[in-house]
Amino acid sequence: MSGTVLTSLKRKYSQAVGLSSYRDQHFKGNRTDQEHLLLLSTTLYVGNLSFYTTEEQIHELFSKCGDIKRIIMGLDKVRKTPCGFCFVEYYTREDSEHAIRYINGTRLDDRIVRTDWDAGFKEGRQYGRGKSGGQVRDEYRTDFDEGRGGYGQIIATKIKTKDSV
Amino acid sequence: MQFLAKTQTLNKPWEPVFIPKFENYATDPNDLLLCPCRALLAYIKRTEVLRKSQRLFVTYQKNHHVEASKNSIARWIVNTVKYAYEHADTDTLQFVRAHDTRKLSTSWALFNGLSSQEILRAAHWSNETTFTSYYLKDVPDLESRFAKAAILHTANRRQKKYFIFLIIKYFQYLDCLWSQIKNLRANKWAEKQITRPYLAFDGVLCEALQHTLPQIIPPSHNDEMSYPLPRVIFRMFDYTDVPEGPVLPGSHAIERYLIEEQLRRIIFKHAFDRKDCAASLLSYPMKNKVPLNYMIVEVMFGELFLLPRCPRLEIYYGSTFIELCKLQPGSMPQVLAQATELLFERLDSMNLSCIERLTNWFAYHLSNFQFRWSWDDWSSCLQMDPELPKPKFIKEVLIKCMRLSYHQRIVETCTEDFAPLIPEKPLSHFKYEKEGSGSLPGTMTAHQLIQAIKSKCTPEETMGILKDLPNPLKEDDETDPTYHPLRIDVFVSTLLHLGNKSFSHSFAAIAKFHHILKLLADTEEGQIWVLRTMFEVWRSHQQMMVVLVDKLLKTQIIEPSAVANWLFSSEMQPEFTKFYVWEIMHSTITKMSKHVDKLQKEVDDAKDKLDAYKRRINDGLEDDDDDEVPTESLIERMEERLDLAQNQQKRLFLIIFQRFIMVLSDHLANCESNGIDYSTPWYKWCIERLQQIFLLHHELVYRYISTLETLLFTSDIDFHILEIFQQFCALRS
Repeated sequence: MSGTVLTSLKRKYSQAVGLSSYRDQHFKGNRTDQEHLLLLSTTLYVGNLSFYTTEEQIHELFSKCGDIKRIIMGLDKVRKTPCGFCFVEYYTREDSEHAIRYINGTRLDDRIVRTDWDAGFKEGRQYGRGKSGGQVRDEYRTDFDEGRGGYGQIIATKIKTKDSV
Repeated sequence: MQFLAKTQTLNKPWEPVFIPKFENYATDPNDLLLCPCRALLAYIKRTEVLRKSQRLFVTYQKNHHVEASKNSIARWIVNTVKYAYEHADTDTLQFVRAHDTRKLSTSWALFNGLSSQEILRAAHWSNETTFTSYYLKDVPDLESRFAKAAILHTANRRQKKYFIFLIIKYFQYLDCLWSQIKNLRANKWAEKQITRPYLAFDGVLCEALQHTLPQIIPPSHNDEMSYPLPRVIFRMFDYTDVPEGPVLPGSHAIERYLIEEQLRRIIFKHAFDRKDCAASLLSYPMKNKVPLNYMIVEVMFGELFLLPRCPRLEIYYGSTFIELCKLQPGSMPQVLAQATELLFERLDSMNLSCIERLTNWFAYHLSNFQFRWSWDDWSSCLQMDPELPKPKFIKEVLIKCMRLSYHQRIVETCTEDFAPLIPEKPLSHFKYEKEGSGSLPGTMTAHQLIQAIKSKCTPEETMGILKDLPNPLKEDDETDPTYHPLRIDVFVSTLLHLGNKSFSHSFAAIAKFHHILKLLADTEEGQIWVLRTMFEVWRSHQQMMVVLVDKLLKTQIIEPSAVANWLFSSEMQPEFTKFYVWEIMHSTITKMSKHVDKLQKEVDDAKDKLDAYKRRINDGLEDDDDDEVPTESLIERMEERLDLAQNQQKRLFLIIFQRFIMVLSDHLANCESNGIDYSTPWYKWCIERLQQIFLLHHELVYRYISTLETLLFTSDIDFHILEIFQQFCALRS
């Protein structure tokens, strides 16, 4: 993929649907290929969900932007339960752009959801990458978030050991 | 003097009726004789000696003067009206009742230039529909049609009578604009809403070269032309709705139009960024001169309610409203709540598509604001027939809220008395595991099937299990029935039951056993039975049904026509007033259209490629294109497929219209034979759904118009149904 095509692709999109600064560190391939995939992708990463939010609810909200091809719920690697993120794949780029424009930053289940482009789902990516099975952010979080299992894992462990002492 | 008009109730404040003396207005002394004040005073004076109580009217029989009864007064009125008509040379009145004074006086008042607002107030009518449809009747036809148009036209807060079908509406937008422009010209083009930066350069500009602008000649009409559909003026707020700050320009003032137009431009321009849009709307340059929030809300709803389709995704307006609320937390939510109340009050006359969009928006909006709403303000709906628009709206909003959250959450947001409107908890029903299922013919097989699927059997093995089920449709040695209801029932309900944990589980089950499902549903009857079975399992989970039908269509297990036939089957008719049924219907039609469009594009692309290839060969160029060139026979096959799909599409529409005519005719005939009023809530929803199909898919339906005219909408069907078709035809003519 040549650099100029990439730049023109990037320019094509308004700010609302442009790429964020996040890049998946586990991506197999170079940065240019990754950005190219992101700019053509019809898959979104959806974050900051409650652990209790269901696929049905996500479907209801995201189908307002277009026909959904599939939803892959993010699961805790160990417990195999929802851990607060998912991938939503649309049939067309246009529909997925709509979702970024109109859903990113609004609420689902009383939580502000975050959407970002994803280079496309690969088997294994449905699992949390944190040490304890969930998402990495839930390892280090210091606040108490009822929708995401209370305190972050590290603090939660500390509290637990303290209690047992 | 205080009295209660027919349409007033005790708990509404009485509006005093003020009758002015004519002497302030009349120039002709003869007119003074007609002054009601003078007549009243004279009457009081003359009857003074006869009156024995406080009541005004007394009877005039000699020596027997008592309080006049209601009937006597009515008779007097009738006599007077008759007298007036007999002595004027019109004979439009055949039969007069005393109550008719309401329509006569108001109708004549309208023709003599009174505004609709004044008439409505004087007669204590709450909205224009009552007036236009019930009272404005006894005037010659042409005039009354004109008057109806005029009154709906000038009606202030009327937004959703939206009978876009009625051709009179067509003139509204242009007519109204034209009269505004004429007014503007009369006022020497002075208005306060357009920014005129050139005024600052007046000195330079007045000395500059003047150009003569060419005259613009509009093209003349020819039959090939297609015109845009009629547009209706949307006005939601009246200046009295705005409590403080700058005054809202009148509904038909050019200022209102100009602001609307500029706000609409902002909404159009920023459609790809809701945050920009909200910020730009709020920084509208003339914001200090108008109640901006009210104007924004009105224009946004105007766009959202545009017919036949909303110009952007509905969620664009919804998410922009949320952004507006974030930017103006102190005022915007209140205006939106006020707007919601206004719209709610007008649900009875709102167009169905607009009710649906309002429902979707409101549920979505609530989901972003913790579902906080003072539902109790609407508790009067709990006593109504639940099929009427207002209770229906609340129920559908709660269903949509539940789809965005969960059942318990909705139960907690409403008070207990709202229980009748709260949706059922969505659960699957698997009859083969219920108590008493032992007596069902398929139970044994269903249990075997569960075991087999749980131990990961192959799809073919399940066919083996189903094989022994007898076909209840088979009689003696006759030929095989076209489908096997019991096998379908056992297999589909078991499969859906096992996949009931989530959409993904259900989809996985359908994908794995796709081949078996196709075998079982190889005829349309079989496909309808699949859908029936699905309904039996998931009837309390509307979203699941919507999603499953979608999946079954996409995987080509069922065909669109089967969906239409199923939705019109007798067991689905009680579901007819529920919105999800039509969500399924419209998505089926849309899916069919997308399929046809896709095939059409493929054929076009292939033809282009072949043409380009031929040109290259003709020009003697080497064919160095890597792309495969489609052969003539390949294109022929593609065209055959397209043809097939187009026929399927046409058939789908014909089925839908035919079934509509059937269910509506049945209803009308039943009502007639039982002597009941046909105009039940069910009928109203149903006939509006028919209208909606016409309107939402008008481009497609229009292609079949001659078939529809000769085959379905023939002169022998009921007038009420035919009328809808004729209105649709009028829309395009």
